[in-house]
Amino acid sequence: MIDLTLILAAGVASGTVLLFAAIGEIFAERAGVLNLGVEGMMLFGAVAGFSVAAATGNPWLGLVVAMLAGGLLSLLHAVMAIHLRAEQVISGLALTFLGTGLARVLGDGLSSVGAVATLPRLTVPLLAEVPLIGPVLFREQSVLTYVGFLLVPLAVYWIDRTRPGLHLRAVGERPAAADAQGIDVVRLRYLYVLVGGLLAGLAGATITLAISPGWFGDQTTNGRGWIAIGLVIFAQWSPLRAALGAYLFGAIFRFIIDIQGVPAVLGFPNPFQAGRSATFFLEMLPYAFVIVVVVIGSREALRRRVGAPAALGIPYVRGERGG
Amino acid sequence: MAGPQGTQPRTSTPLAIEAVGIVKSFPGVIANDHVDFDLRVGEIHALLGENGAGKSTLMNVLAGLYRPDEGEIRVGGEPVQLRSPRDAIAAGIGMVHQHFALVPSQTVAENVLLGLDRPRFRLDLKRTEAEIMSLATDIGLRVEPSARIWQLSIGEQQRVEIVKMLFHGARILILDEPTAVLAPQETAELFENLRALTDAARSIIFISHKLGEVLSIADRITVMRAGKVTAAGLEPEGVTRADLARRMVGRPVLESLERTKVEPGAVVLSVEDVTALNDRGLPALRGVSLQVHAGEIVGIAAVAGNGQSELAQVITGLRACTGRVVVDGRDIAAGPVRAAIESGVGHVPEDRAGVGSAPNLSLIDNLIMRRFRQQPITRGPFLDASAARSKAQTLQGAYEISAPTLDTPVRILSGGNLQRLILAREIDAAPRLLVAVQPTRGLDVGAIEGIHQLLLDLREQGAAILLISEELEELLALADRILVMYEGQVTTAVERPSAADIDAIGLHMMGGEGADSAIDRASTVG
Repeated sequence: MIDLTLILAAGVASGTVLLFAAIGEIFAERAGVLNLGVEGMMLFGAVAGFSVAAATGNPWLGLVVAMLAGGLLSLLHAVMAIHLRAEQVISGLALTFLGTGLARVLGDGLSSVGAVATLPRLTVPLLAEVPLIGPVLFREQSVLTYVGFLLVPLAVYWIDRTRPGLHLRAVGERPAAADAQGIDVVRLRYLYVLVGGLLAGLAGATITLAISPGWFGDQTTNGRGWIAIGLVIFAQWSPLRAALGAYLFGAIFRFIIDIQGVPAVLGFPNPFQAGRSATFFLEMLPYAFVIVVVVIGSREALRRRVGAPAALGIPYVRGERGG
Repeated sequence: MAGPQGTQPRTSTPLAIEAVGIVKSFPGVIANDHVDFDLRVGEIHALLGENGAGKSTLMNVLAGLYRPDEGEIRVGGEPVQLRSPRDAIAAGIGMVHQHFALVPSQTVAENVLLGLDRPRFRLDLKRTEAEIMSLATDIGLRVEPSARIWQLSIGEQQRVEIVKMLFHGARILILDEPTAVLAPQETAELFENLRALTDAARSIIFISHKLGEVLSIADRITVMRAGKVTAAGLEPEGVTRADLARRMVGRPVLESLERTKVEPGAVVLSVEDVTALNDRGLPALRGVSLQVHAGEIVGIAAVAGNGQSELAQVITGLRACTGRVVVDGRDIAAGPVRAAIESGVGHVPEDRAGVGSAPNLSLIDNLIMRRFRQQPITRGPFLDASAARSKAQTLQGAYEISAPTLDTPVRILSGGNLQRLILAREIDAAPRLLVAVQPTRGLDVGAIEGIHQLLLDLREQGAAILLISEELEELLALADRILVMYEGQVTTAVERPSAADIDAIGLHMMGGEGADSAIDRASTVG
């Protein structure tokens, strides 16, 4: 039988990957820059972190290098989007191709390394004993999962309750108004694109150094960078909703892996063992679900009049109308 | 200006700000040529001038956006250096621009905090809201600090901008064309607020090119033309509109245009019992019927939002409706926009940049938009570039559209030139009917005169014109007949309107009861 607690616990761990990437993208988009290169930055961070950890035996060093790698790639997008005012969709797509390509070159031969030293797992005393919640959230989770728990309220507080957050929102909504009040639009946009890159790198390292250690080529991220971008829309640019979505999708992904192993579901023979095509169909489902969720999320956003940051994807040029 | 006693101002009121001998030049143009300007504490000093006269440059110097090449600025008698808007705010000078610098998705309080150095980190919105409330109450301005900007009307947003500046410590307010974006009632409310501000010892520089409102609100008036002051510190008593217009334009302005008598011809436009919904799905037109004859200008007077915009859209095919819209005997109510175009309906839309032109396209492209399906510009499936160019060249010359080249994108044209371009295109198509909505909004006196002349010429050529305007004076100057619209219906008609009808029309525009008798009297006299 399937152990629901284990699936949920594993779902929270795997959702952490989506959480980091989605919150990073939320920061960039709230500042007005659309970065579709999340998948590329994640892969690049994943391979950089993994190879450094493999070479040095120090996963912490790997983690730092992974974040820097993601940050480095994001700066490339920042230069294209902010300084050169390139079309952000194209630049972001190019970044994904670049990151994926770099990762495959650098990762050549890494798959045979197998597992390396991973980041520690912790059980939180007392909290782990709380019925239902404890075993799911606080037992034997990677240290990065807890970082994820802390990141969510921190991001909410930063965006909604602080002066830097006020500036961040102004820059993404009406850069001309922010500029008129002496806020440096260009500097802030660079900063938050970089934050997005660092978090995407972190998301990549969360896979290779914590959740499912190892290097599996571009299957390592398996499109999760794209799911994170979808989550941002579903979350209506709110970190809290992004967290809910990330853990939900994490659980769904786990469930689909686990259900393939059981011979019977609720007394019926498992329909997903019928053959390879059934397996493929099953693995496709979460991605289809993303589309459904994004559609629902956008409709609700329209109804409640919360939408994308008004200046999302539009380069800022001082003195031009509509900027 | 020096008073009779020498260098002392005539009154003992201290000066809030003084600009002495300001020179500011840009490549190829001297925008300010030794300009003097002063503002007394607690007064409203209007700065009048056409677009490009240099008033915005002078104000940008005072607001710290431009550094003057020469000259001195004194605040409260002390010379100051204004290197940035922050310096200006520190000196107590705040400018409210025509395009508000507000973030729509944020609250009033958040917008007020945006330019401040406090708080250091954590936002305490409740406290800020209370502070804003108490400041606004002291001054007598109504604001709702927790409202989001997008929920506010334009007039309310403007009030937020003013409160923001006051909260940042401004004692001198510069308002750049504050009434250009306001409906008439909102303008009245703004004027009350400005008076409340001067009572609270704030001083106001009021930039405008509307003569009437300057005469009604200002304590003193300074006029600029071509970078120079042509009249300094005039008292509004003893100055006439004609005086001001002449100093502004540099030549006598025809306040009343020559109107030759044209015998109205056959009915061109007949709108029969039309109903339509607005963008929010609410009834905008509720059974409108009207007729416009050849050689006749029919004016629609209405306060914004009473269905006049929707009426124009229905006639030009841009909005679905029930009822009949008949142009020269052909019902185009159900048809596409192209049916209206082919029936000879020209359109000068309210939104010049969005509907009236394609801002990023060239003069040529914009000028041929109505003709590109016709010979000689079209040749089979192709456009003939040289025919298009020569057509555009002819129109540019005939309608005096000033632009660097024919390939320039029209977004860089001034409002007056863009409107001339749109009129050139629409009139050149030899319309049977021209629907003109707010054709002179935001334009300066000289440009308005030109546009009015074009409309009158078109009338003489026998076209029917439906003129929708919020400027009653414009309607009185041009229209042979004025229809008043209120809440989606035509409530009254005034034949051969004159200045004596203004009050009665105004009452009807507000939906006032008892206005009928006044109109009846006016019609029998007129």
